[in-house]
Amino acid sequence: MHIMVVLRLVADLGGDIEIAHGGKDIDREWVDLKLNEFDDHALEEAIFLKEIVGAKVTAIMIDGDGVERSLQTALARGADEARRIAVDDTDGPISSRAMTPVVAAAAAELGADLVLTGVQSPEDIFGQLAPSLGAVLGWPQASAVSSVKPDDGSTITVQQEYSGGVSAAIRLPLPAVLGVQTASRPIRYVTGSKLRQAMAEEIPRIEATAAVAMPDVEIVELRVPDEAGGAVMLDGDADAIADEILRLLADRALLQVC
Amino acid sequence: MKDVLVYIELIEDGVRPSSREAVSAGREIASATGGSVIALIASGEPVGVPTLDGVDRIIHVTHPALGAYTAEAHAAVLADMIAKLDPAAVMLAYTTAGLDLASAVAVTASLPLVAYCTDVTVADGALTTTSQMYGGRLEAVVRAPLPVVVSIMPGAFPEAVTTGASPEIIVQDAPKSLDALRSVFVDEQRPARGSFDLSLAERIVCIGRGIGAADSIAVARELADALNAEIAGSRPVIDQGWLEKERQVGKSGRLVKPRLYIGLGVSGAPEHLEGMRSSDLIIAVNSDAAAPIFTVAHYAAVCDMFDLVPALIERLKAGTP
Ligand SMILES: Cc1cc2nc3c(=O)[nH]c(=O)nc-3n(C[C@H](O)[C@H](O)[C@H](O)COP(=O)(O)OP(=O)(O)OC[C@H]3O[C@@H](n4cnc5c(N)ncnc54)[C@H](O)[C@@H]3O)c2cc1C
Repeated sequence: MHIMVVLRLVADLGGDIEIAHGGKDIDREWVDLKLNEFDDHALEEAIFLKEIVGAKVTAIMIDGDGVERSLQTALARGADEARRIAVDDTDGPISSRAMTPVVAAAAAELGADLVLTGVQSPEDIFGQLAPSLGAVLGWPQASAVSSVKPDDGSTITVQQEYSGGVSAAIRLPLPAVLGVQTASRPIRYVTGSKLRQAMAEEIPRIEATAAVAMPDVEIVELRVPDEAGGAVMLDGDADAIADEILRLLADRALLQVC
Repeated sequence: MKDVLVYIELIEDGVRPSSREAVSAGREIASATGGSVIALIASGEPVGVPTLDGVDRIIHVTHPALGAYTAEAHAAVLADMIAKLDPAAVMLAYTTAGLDLASAVAVTASLPLVAYCTDVTVADGALTTTSQMYGGRLEAVVRAPLPVVVSIMPGAFPEAVTTGASPEIIVQDAPKSLDALRSVFVDEQRPARGSFDLSLAERIVCIGRGIGAADSIAVARELADALNAEIAGSRPVIDQGWLEKERQVGKSGRLVKPRLYIGLGVSGAPEHLEGMRSSDLIIAVNSDAAAPIFTVAHYAAVCDMFDLVPALIERLKAGTP
C-alpha cells in the first residue's frame, strides 16, 4: 500500500484577528502558520497503518512558507518520503477546491493507492478536499473517518462517524480517498535527535502537472462576527466570579442535590 | 434552471432536522428564482415517504444500495438528479453525509460550492452567503453565480413549515451505476440501549482543550461532583483519550440540553455549539475574550479556569453560596 498524505498549513489565529486592507482576507503578514489539525490526524493514521501493515507513506504539500519544515517534521514522525508541489504564483492561499486537480495529479504520478487528508480545514468554504479528490480521481471516498483497518491488501474498512454517537463500518476497495477526523491513536510528536536529523533533509520540489482550478466564487468581505451575542460578562477576579456563579446557581435552584 | 434541489437525509424516525432547515434555506433561493423546491429522498426500500413540509415536489429514488448510507451510492443519485433537473441551487446540510456529498457532486457537475452557510440571498442571478470560517471566529461574505451547491450550517435556518398543499411525490429510477458500486456498508454501531446517555444529564461540566493535560481532569471532575453534574468533553478531549467517547458533546458526539452547562476552556467551534446551544443555562469560562462560545453563553467569564475552578469547589464544599 502506498499512502499519500496531503497536508495544509493554516493561519494560527491568535487573540486579535487583523483583517487585511481591502477587507477580504486576514492580514497574513503577522499570523503564524500551523498544520491543519485534521491533516495532523491524517498523517498519524498513515504512520499507524505503516506500522501495522508496512505501507509506504509519502507526505505532500503545495509549496509555500513553512512547508519544508512541516514536511521535515512529517519525515521525523515516520513518513518515508515528502514532496513540495510548486504551483504558479497565485495571490494568497490556494483553496482546497482549487488545489484539487494538482493534488489528484500528484496522487496519480506517485502511484498512491490510498490518499489521506483532514476531513476539513478552517478555510475550506469552497469545498472540502477529500470528497473533491475522490470525484476528480473517480475513487470511492469517505469523510469523518475515525479509524482505518486494512483488510486483505485490496480493501480497507473505515469507521465513519455520524451524530448521536452513531458510526458505521464501510469497506472500500483501493484506491480510495479518506477525509480523516481522528487517527486511531492520539498523535505522537517527535523530539530531539529524530527531528534534528530530519531538519537536515532537503525536500524535493516538483512542478505541478495540473493547473489550479478556481471556480467562479469570491469572498467579498471577511469579518469578525458580532461578539458576545448578549452574554452577561462576569467581572472581577476568580473569587468574585465564583461568588457570582454560585449566586446564579442558587437562584435557579441548581445547587440542590438531585 | 430555476428550481432548487434539496438532498434529504433520513434518520430512524423520519427526516433529519437539519435537512428541514436546508429546505427553508432552499425556499429563500427558490422565491428569488421563481422556481420550485424539490426534495430528493433516496432510500433502500420503497418505504412510505416521510412528511416533509415546505417542498413543492418530492423525488423518491429507491434501490437496495441506498438503504444503508454510503457516500458512493448517494453521490451517484444526487449527481444524476442534478444532471436531469439542472437546478439553480443544490442544498445540503453540513452533516457527515453533507461533507461526503456536497463537494463530490460539485466537482462532478462542475458547479461552484459554498459551505458553512448561515445566510443565503439571491439577487441578479448570483447567490450571496455568509459562511463561517476558523471555527466560527471569522465569517466571510461570499458571492457565487448560479447554479451553485450550497451547504448550510445546522441550526442557522428555521425548520421549514408547511406550505399548505401536500407535495407531489414522483418515483424515479435509480441510476445504473448503483448496480456496480465499490463501497460496501458493513455494519452500524449505536450506543447500547440503557447505556450511559449524556443527553439525559441535567447538569454538565464540559471541558475543552484548555484543560491542557490529562492530570488536570481531576479538578474538573471534582467540580462536576460538587455540582452533582456529569463531566463531558469537546472532541479533542475525547480524541486524546482523556474522557470516554460517550461523554463527547457536539456534532459527532451527543446533542445535550441540560438545565446547566458549564464550559471550561471550550472555544465554541460550530461543531461543538451544534450540540449544546439550546441548554437552559450556559456559563462559559475562557481565557480568550473572543472565544465564539461567548456568542451562545448566557454568562461569560474571561479568566483562567485553573484560578476559577478551585474557587468554585471551595465554595460548593463550604455549602454556602
Ligand atoms: C465533522 C466534524 C465533527 C466534529 N464534531 C465535534 C463534536 O462533536 N464536538 C466537538 O467539541 N468538536 C467537534 N469537532 C471539532 C471542532 O471543530 C473543534 O475542533 C473542537 O470543538 C475544538 O475543541 P476545543 O474548544 O476544546 O478546543 P480549542 O478550539 O483548541 O479551544 C480551547 C480553548 O481553551 C481556551 N483556554 C486555554 N487555556 C485556558 C485556561 N487555562 N482557562 C480558560 N480557557 C482556556 C482557549 O482560549 C481556547 O478557546 C468536529 C469537527 C468536524 C470537522
